[in-house]
Amino acid sequence: MTEPLLQVRELKKHFPLESPIPFVKSRLSVKAVDGVSFDVYRGETLGVVGESGCGKSTMARLVNQLITPSSGTVQFKGENLIGMDGKKLRETRKSIQMVFQDPYASLDPRKTIGELIAEPMVIHRIGDKTSQKKRVEELLEVVGLSQYHAKRYPHEFSGGQRQRINIARALVLNPDIIICDEPVSALDVSVQAQVINLLKELQREFDLTYIFISHDLNVVRYMCDRIAVMYLGKIVEMGTYKEIYEDPKHPYTKALLSAIPKENPHDRKERIILKDSVPNPINPPSGCHFHERCPVAMDRCKREAPQLIDTGNGHIASCHLLNEQ
Amino acid sequence: MSTGQQGIVLEQTQVKTKNEHSLFRKLIRNRFAAFGLFVILLLILTAIFAPVIATYPPNKMNVTKSLLGIGVEGHILGTDNYGRDIFSRLVYGARISMLVGIGAVLFGAVVGTLLGVISGYFGGKWDSIIMRFMDGLSAFPFILLAITLMSVLGQGLVNVIIAIGVGNIPGFARVVRGQVLSVKHSEYIEVTRSLGAKHSRIIFHHVLPNSFAPLIVYATMSIAGAIISEASLSFLGLGVQPPTASWGSMLQDGKDFLVLNPHMATIPGLAILITVVGINLFGDGLRDALDPKMKA
Repeated sequence: MTEPLLQVRELKKHFPLESPIPFVKSRLSVKAVDGVSFDVYRGETLGVVGESGCGKSTMARLVNQLITPSSGTVQFKGENLIGMDGKKLRETRKSIQMVFQDPYASLDPRKTIGELIAEPMVIHRIGDKTSQKKRVEELLEVVGLSQYHAKRYPHEFSGGQRQRINIARALVLNPDIIICDEPVSALDVSVQAQVINLLKELQREFDLTYIFISHDLNVVRYMCDRIAVMYLGKIVEMGTYKEIYEDPKHPYTKALLSAIPKENPHDRKERIILKDSVPNPINPPSGCHFHERCPVAMDRCKREAPQLIDTGNGHIASCHLLNEQ
Repeated sequence: MSTGQQGIVLEQTQVKTKNEHSLFRKLIRNRFAAFGLFVILLLILTAIFAPVIATYPPNKMNVTKSLLGIGVEGHILGTDNYGRDIFSRLVYGARISMLVGIGAVLFGAVVGTLLGVISGYFGGKWDSIIMRFMDGLSAFPFILLAITLMSVLGQGLVNVIIAIGVGNIPGFARVVRGQVLSVKHSEYIEVTRSLGAKHSRIIFHHVLPNSFAPLIVYATMSIAGAIISEASLSFLGLGVQPPTASWGSMLQDGKDFLVLNPHMATIPGLAILITVVGINLFGDGLRDALDPKMKA
C-alpha cells in the first residue's frame, strides 16, 4: 500500500503512582500503554480490541494528544504530533476527530445541538454565522436527523440520536481520520446496527479513515479491515480481519474468538476459558505478560518476552510458539 | 412517518415548557420559599421606592418629638431619641441593606469564582497556593478581618461592600472549585478539548455554565449573611456613618434606650430577622427546586 496516513511507533504511557511518602517520587507506575506500534492507511478501518483495562482508550487519547505520551512518536501525514507547538497541534487536530463512548456524557447538556455541532467551526474560526448554520443543517441531514433538531437540547434525544450528533460534530471539519472509542458499546443492539451502518456509509462518502475501538468482536468483524488485539498495554496480534478471524495465531486471540456466541446454539464449540482476570498493570507478569493465563504456556514464556513475528500477509503476532513451529 | 415525527416533536415541546415552568412552580408550591420570595420582592420594592414610601425625611430631627411610641402622632413606628421617624429610617435603611447585601455578594462571587475556577481547573501548584490562601482568609474571624480592612480602606459604603465581599471570597472559591472539579472530568469537556478548544473557551462556555446551579443557591444564602455583617459593622460604628440610616446603626442607637424605649432597637432587629429568614427560606427552596433528585 501507499504511505500510511498515521504512523505510531513505540507509543508508551506510564501513569506514575502517587508515592506513600510525601515529596518523594514513586518509582511505581501503571503501564497503560507499553510500546504500541501500528500504521493506518487512508480509507481503511483499523479495529482495536481487548479486555477492559488493556489500554485501548488510553491509546486513542494518546494518538489524539489528549494525553501526553511518556515516549514514542505519532506521525500524521509525515509530521510528528508529539512535542508539536500548541498552535500547530490545534490546526492538525482538525483532521483527527474523535467519537466517544458515552453518548449521554459527551454532549454538553446546556448547549443546543446546533451550537454543539457548530462548535468546531467556532473554535477554529471557520465561516460566518450563516455558513455555519448551513453546514450544521447539512450535517444533520447527513447523519439522518432533521434540520429542526438544531434548536433542541441533548436531553431530548435518545442514545442513538445522540451518537449521530457526535458523529456530525466529528465530521464538521472534514477530518481525514476519526477515532471511534467504543462508539456503540452504550447503545442497544438494534441501534448499534444503525450507527455502524451510518459510519460505513460516511466512510464511503467522505473517504474517511477510522480507528475503531471496541470490545465487541462481532461489531469489529463487520466494521474493520484490519484488527489489532491488545493485551495489557501491548499489541499481541495484528492482521487483516480475515486472517485474525480465520487463523488466529496468539492464544489470547483464540480465547477471545472462542467467546463469540455461535449463531446456532446447538453448534458445538470449543470454549477456551481463561483463568483469573487481567493482571495488575502496575506489576505485570515477567516474560510474556499473558503466560499466567495462557493455556499453552511454556517455561520460556515466564522468562522471555516474545517479539512480534511476521507470519506473512502482514499478519503479526507475539508468541514463542510461533518460533517453535 | 412525518406526522408521527411531528407528534413526537409536539410532545417534546410540551415537556420542555412544562420543565421550564416547573422550576418556578416548584418554588411557589413550597410555602416557605414563596414566603421568602415575597419578603425579598417586598424589600427590593421598598429599597427602590423609598422616597415614595417614607412618610418623613429619614434624617430630619425634631427634638420636641423624641422617643414617641408606636403609632403616636402619625409616626407609624414611633421616633428615636432625636425625634427621627423610625419607619422612614427603616425604609431608607433597606436601601443600604440591599446595596451592601447584593454588592458584597457580587464582589465575593466574582473574585471567588475566578479563584475557584483557576484552582479547580488547572489544579496542581495553583490549586495549593490559592486554596491555602483561602483557608487562611476563612480562618480569620470575619469581624476582625472586616475591622482590619475598614481601618486600612477608610470608612464609606463602598469600603463596607469591599470589606464584607472579601470575607465572602473563600466560600465562593470553595463551592466553585468543587463544582469545577466534578464538571472538569465530564466527557463533554474532553470532547471539547479534542476539538482543539483553548482553556478560556472550555472554562467560559462549558465548565462555568455547568457549575452555576449551586453557585446561585450559595449566593442567595450569602446575601443574608452579608446583611447581618453590615448590621454588625454599623453596630460597631464601622459601617455607614451617621446620620445615614442603616438597620445596624439604628440598632446601635437603640441599645442605649433598651429598657425604657425597647421599640427603638426591636424594630430594626425584627427587620433584619425577617429579611434573613426570608432569604434563607428562599435559598433552601431554590436548592430543592434545582435539585432534580428532590421531587416536590
